This record gives sequence, structure tokens and C-alpha cells, in this order.
Amino acid sequence: MILASLTGRLTMNSFPHDPMTLGAAVSIVLGAVVVAALLTYFKRWGWLWREWLTSVDPKKIGVMYITVALLMLVRGVADALMIRAQQATSVGASHGVIPVSTFQQVFSAHGTIMIFFVGMGLMFGLINLVVPLQIGARDVAFPFLNLTSFWLFFAGMILINMSLGIGEFSAAGWLAYPPLSELRYSPGVGVDYWIWSLQIAGIGSLLSGINFIVTILKMRCRGMTLMRMSMFCWSVLGSMTLVIFAFPILTVTLALLALDRSLGMHFFTAAAGGNPMMYVNLIWAWGHPEVYILILPAFGVFSEVVATFSRKRLFGYATMVWAIAAIVVLSFSVWLHHFFTMGAGADVNGFFGIMTMIIAIPTGVKVFNWLFTMYRGRIKFTTPMLWFMGFICLFTVGGVAGVVMAVPPADFQLHNSLFLVAHFHTMIISGVVFGYLAGITYWFPKIFGFTLNERLGRYSYWCWLIGFLLAFIPLYILGLMGATRRLDHYSASMGWQQLFIVAAVGVVLIMAGIGFLVLQIIVSVIQRKKNIDTTGDPWNGRTLEWSTPSPAPVFNYAVLPEVSDRDAFWAIKQAGGASKPVYEDIEMPANSGVSVVIGMLSIAFGFGMIWHIYWLAVIGLFGVVIALLVRSATDNHEYTIPAAEVERYYV
Amino acid sequence: MSVLKTQQDNRSILGFWIYIMTDCVLFASLFATYAVLHGNTNGGPTGQMLFNLPNVLIETIILLTSSLTVGLAMLAVHRKKREQALIWLGVTFVLGLAFLGIELREFGNLLYDGNSWTSSAFLSAFFTLVGTHGLHITIGLLWMGVMMTKLVTVGLTRANIRRLTMLSLFWHFLDIIWIFIFTIVYLMGGLGV
Repeated sequence: MILASLTGRLTMNSFPHDPMTLGAAVSIVLGAVVVAALLTYFKRWGWLWREWLTSVDPKKIGVMYITVALLMLVRGVADALMIRAQQATSVGASHGVIPVSTFQQVFSAHGTIMIFFVGMGLMFGLINLVVPLQIGARDVAFPFLNLTSFWLFFAGMILINMSLGIGEFSAAGWLAYPPLSELRYSPGVGVDYWIWSLQIAGIGSLLSGINFIVTILKMRCRGMTLMRMSMFCWSVLGSMTLVIFAFPILTVTLALLALDRSLGMHFFTAAAGGNPMMYVNLIWAWGHPEVYILILPAFGVFSEVVATFSRKRLFGYATMVWAIAAIVVLSFSVWLHHFFTMGAGADVNGFFGIMTMIIAIPTGVKVFNWLFTMYRGRIKFTTPMLWFMGFICLFTVGGVAGVVMAVPPADFQLHNSLFLVAHFHTMIISGVVFGYLAGITYWFPKIFGFTLNERLGRYSYWCWLIGFLLAFIPLYILGLMGATRRLDHYSASMGWQQLFIVAAVGVVLIMAGIGFLVLQIIVSVIQRKKNIDTTGDPWNGRTLEWSTPSPAPVFNYAVLPEVSDRDAFWAIKQAGGASKPVYEDIEMPANSGVSVVIGMLSIAFGFGMIWHIYWLAVIGLFGVVIALLVRSATDNHEYTIPAAEVERYYV
Repeated sequence: MSVLKTQQDNRSILGFWIYIMTDCVLFASLFATYAVLHGNTNGGPTGQMLFNLPNVLIETIILLTSSLTVGLAMLAVHRKKREQALIWLGVTFVLGLAFLGIELREFGNLLYDGNSWTSSAFLSAFFTLVGTHGLHITIGLLWMGVMMTKLVTVGLTRANIRRLTMLSLFWHFLDIIWIFIFTIVYLMGGLGV
């Protein structure tokens, strides 16, 4: 009895019994054990702790974000492969390779992981790597908060993956619409895993949003007015503005659903006056801006890449800035297009349909600006440029499909069909994934000091591009033929199976693309002497980050730069280079173990809330408060790098 | 060096303003939810039957006064008068505690009469909106307690002045949110608008 109250809902039956889930859970645990064993064998724990886990250097935080995100990408694509395998085989008399309940968890996990732990992880990773360098700063505004945000993201990631081995994941889709996600219809822990992993990671994102807005507004180097800022920084400013307005809505929505489930409230229940439609409105009031949160920094990456590799100044800088501003504002006035079929009436649907078409205009402005940047430029077809060109073709196709669905009567036909699934995958894969892969390739030498292998990068690109076309063009057709999303089984007479098989082959090719990415990183590390970047400027870049050596020193710049033009480094190069600097002592923020502790306590808190192990949740929550009090008890969180040591980076 | 510290203080204050804005959006979402659900009483009592307006008036007066006293505390802080600051913070703390006590008594009475948050969507939204404000007040009080301890043990250091500035911003913000709760939940609800 006492034991039962100590472990909440957790019993021996909570551990998986079907071989597939068990296999996945066991392999994750084994992988962790192997990594831990290697770290112990090579005596690298101290190094890992000092140099990475507690480091407040945004470049290192960025690398940690991207590492986690790439691991999650593998998990997300494995989920995608399972969905495709099921839909290619579950036809007629056959019921496919995956049991229905597992299939529902798989598609819910796929969407959740891809958006929150791949998309957001890659985005915050690149922002950390690049923004301080591009604005000529040594750090972000709040280094401790930055590291804490990462550890909250990490905690959410751990929780969502725990659901593989302990209990189950949500089977209610990636946005967990009520009343299905309410206690009555989803009595298990799955939806709670979904709520608390997103809640914890979401708070991390919100804090990052505040951090980077202040960083960009307050820490630009001398001479860098807003209109001299790089386009990537502008896109980050737009995206983070959306974060601070959108993520509180997510926090509230998740909290209300949690209150419904744990305290028996009636916000979204089908009984006692609850209103499930309220949830759908709230979640999309966050969810639509979230799409732009993910894609704006990818637009920023492409703006940098296309200008650098076309050897031209970005075309239409001011219109690019205004396009971002317009997208930021308009993205809060289109959310209802996700549920035209809910019955809001012709006037409301008409308004949101028109707003949705309007928001395509600033995006179109950006597409034309990129094309005009390439026009009469000296284009170098490097891997980042390939990602860009794949993006611009696919993104235009996907965008036009989006405008088609912005017409409410057309949407009544296409809603929840595979046409929609194909549309948003076109936008997110070509925009977000291609964008961040381009960004990683582009800025990799600045962080690690050597460029990535171009040949393997090209292989990866072509696998992704062809795999994408094979996987998603059939879905457009299937959607028009009437196939709905999340389909577990269909009749052979539908004639859909061939197209589903083609789509499955596409995912296998995308898997190969990821394989080449991993191989590219391994081979590049082995051949790093061959691809070493001695100049700090491997691409003949235009923006400030290329003016400091590669890999960028921990303090970014020995002397804080002063700029007088938009393409700051390009101007310096045209003027014949900078004069020899005078080195001074530099004060930098010190490592913080408290952030790691907060992350671990958040996992304990989340786990306790999910399983109703309330003593654990209380320990987690109070632990966080105590950790913050300990942190605030000391005021000095800096250390000094002497001038002599600074100079050593430059000789 | 001191220029650097001033820059850091400015960043923190701007960051805190932005945090307050995100909290505004959080409350806006709760207000929107309340606005949508306030008529869904599930056959139970409406706000007009439940709210005790004189009680709420007292709460409002207490909270508004506490905004004044925290302002007086900040004036003392900027004049480097530690004891005076401590006294005004203490008064604010007591007022905040009194507010919280009255709110909890109201909640207790509602629950005692069987009007729990499980009764209807209206009451779920009511308890959550007003309760979230109360939770913020509680956090503010804990923070104030920590800051009073720091004032006694460490004194008016630069970091503590920065923290007190943020605390007073937070407190005024909660006051503004309360004005909206007072108007939209209690006055409009109590009068049946």
C-alpha cells in the first residue's frame, strides 16, 4: 500500500512487452551504456563535464543542441519508416507490420519529435553558433540562462524517449486534440508524457527567445545599426519575437489540458460545459506562429548562403527585412486555416482564408530576392548552395499547394488528407531541414576549424532530394484520391498500394541521405588536416564571423569589431584588411553546473507529474528553486583571460 | 569595468520587461479562455450568484496599496536607505499576505459550498485564472522574502538593487493584472454583464 503510493501509477506492467518497443528501448539504453563505458575507459568524464556539459560558450551549447537534434532526427526518421512500412503493407487481408496501438504512438511521436526536438534543436543550435559571432559580441546577454534553456530542452528530450521504455507515448496525434486526449479517452500516461516533455522543453524555448532578443538588441558591436545587421540575425530577431508571443500560449494550453487530466477540470472535456474547440484554437494560435519560428532562421541561413556563393550583396535587403516583419505580424492572423472544417462559418473562414493568401506575399518577395541575388552572380555550387536550390524549387511547389488549401471550399476536400501531409512536409523538409543542413555545412569550419567533405555532402543532398520527391509526390496524389492521414489500414480496391510502396522507398532513400551525413562527418574528422581552414574565411564570406580565426576562440573576438557597412567583413577585405590589434584582458562568464542540475531536477519533476509520483515532483520543483537560490547567493560568475593568452590564438 | 556592469544591468532589466510581456500573453490566453467559458455553468451557479463584491473591493484596495508601498521601498533603495527599504518591503509583504489570505478564504468558501473547479467549465476557468494570479503573488512573496534576507545579510549591493528593481516591476505588473481580473471577472461577472 505504501509502496503503491510511492510509485504512483508505475507498476511492473508499465514496462514494454511487445518486441519492437522493447527492442528500441533496449538499444537506446545499450547505446547510452556503451557511451558511458567509453567515457570511463578513456577517462573523459571530467573533460566532458568541464568542456561541454557545463560550458556557457554559445558555440559549445550550439554544438550540443545540434548533436541532440541529429540523434532525434534519426529517431524521427525511424518512426517515419515504420509509418511508411505499415501503410505500404496494411492493405486488404493483411494488417501490416505494426499493431494499431503502436502505430498511433508512432505517428504521434514522429510529429512531436520532429518539430520540438529536431526542428527547434537545429534552430537554437545554429542561433547559438552564429548570432553572437555575427553581431560582433563575445557571448549572449544571459549565458547562464542560455545553458539552462539547453538543459530544459534536454530534459524534455529525455522524458519523451523514456516513454519508449517506461509506459507508453500519446496516441492522440502530435497536437493531442481533446476530447480524445482527455482522461476519459486516453487514461494512460501517454498524453502526460506528451504534455510534460513539451512543457519543460517549451519553457526552455521561451527563455531562449528572451535571451536572444536582448542579445541582438543590446549587444551588437559598434557601428552595427539594425539595418546593417546580417539577414540571419534579422530572421532570428523575427523568429524570437514570435517565440515570446507564441510560447506562453502553448504553456497555458498544455497546463489547462494537464489540469483537466489531473484535477478533473472541464476546459476541453466533452462534458460539464467544456469546449474542445477552445483547445484547437489555442494550440494553433501557438502552432501556426511555430511554423514561422522554425522557418524564419532557415530563410536567414539561405540569405547568407546565396549571397556568399553568388559573390553578390543580397538583393533587396530592406524588402527582406520588411518581409520578415510582415510575416511576424501576419502569422498571428492565420491560425484558423488549420480547421476550416470546424464550422466557424463562412465569414470567419473567408477572413482567415484571405489572410493566409496574403501571408504568401512576403514569402514570395523573399523567393524573388534570392533569385535576383543569384542573377548575374558568380555562383559556386557548393553543398550549402545545392541545399538552397533544392529548397527554392520544392518550397515554391509546397507554398502553392498551401495557397490552394487556403481556399476554404478546397480545404473542405483536402483537410486531414495526405495532400495536407505532403504540403507541410514539403515546407518543413525543404525549408527547415534543408535550411539547417545548409547552415551546418556552411558554419561548420567556423566552429571546428575544417570544412566538411563536399563529395559526401553532395551524395547526401541527392539522396535527400530524390528520396523526398519519391516519398511525398505520391502523397499529394493519394490525398487527391481520398487517402486520409494516420491511416492504419485500407481496402485493396482503393488502388493505393503502389503509391504507398513508392513513398516507402523514398523514406529508405532519405535514410541513406542521413547515412551519408553521418559518414560525411566521420570522414571529415578523419581527413581534417586535408580540409583545414587556416584563413578563418573558407568561403570568401561577407559577414563578420569570417573575420575571426577558425575555430573561433572562446571569446570570439580579441578586440570587439567596429563596422561601417552592411556586409561588414566584405568591406574590411575591400579596404585591405584590418590593422594589427592591441590585446587586452577579456572577462568571460564561467561554467555553470547549476544548469545541469536544473535539467536533471526537471526530469525528476516531469517524471513525477507523469506517473503521479508526487514526492518526486515536489523534490524536483523545490530542487530547482534551491538551485536558483544557490546560484543567486554568489554574484561573481566571471573569469578573466589574460591578454598574453588572448594573443596566443593569433600567432 | 563599471560600464560593463551597467550594460549588464540594462540587459537584465530589458530581459525582465520582455519576460513580463510573455507573462502578459500567458494571462491574455487565460482571460480569453475565461471569456469563452464563463457562460458554461453546466446548470450550476453563475458568477453573479457566487461573487462577494465587497470582499473583492477590499482585496483590490490592499493590492493597490501594496503597489504604493513597494514603490516607496524602491525610492528608499535608490536613496540607499536600507532600513527604510526593509520597512516598506515588510509592509508590502504583509499586504500581499493579507491579499492572499482573503483570496484563499474566498476559494475555501466556494469549495465548502460545493462549487469546485470540477463542477463546470466556468468554475474551472475562474479558479485557474484567479489562481494563476494568486500563484504569481505567492512567488512574488517568496522572492520578496529572499530579497529582504539578502538586504539584511548582504546589503544594497548592485546585484541586489537590480533584483529589487525587477521585483518591483513584477509586483506592479501583478497589480495591473488584478485590475483586469477585478473588472472582467468580478465586476462584469458580479453585475451579470
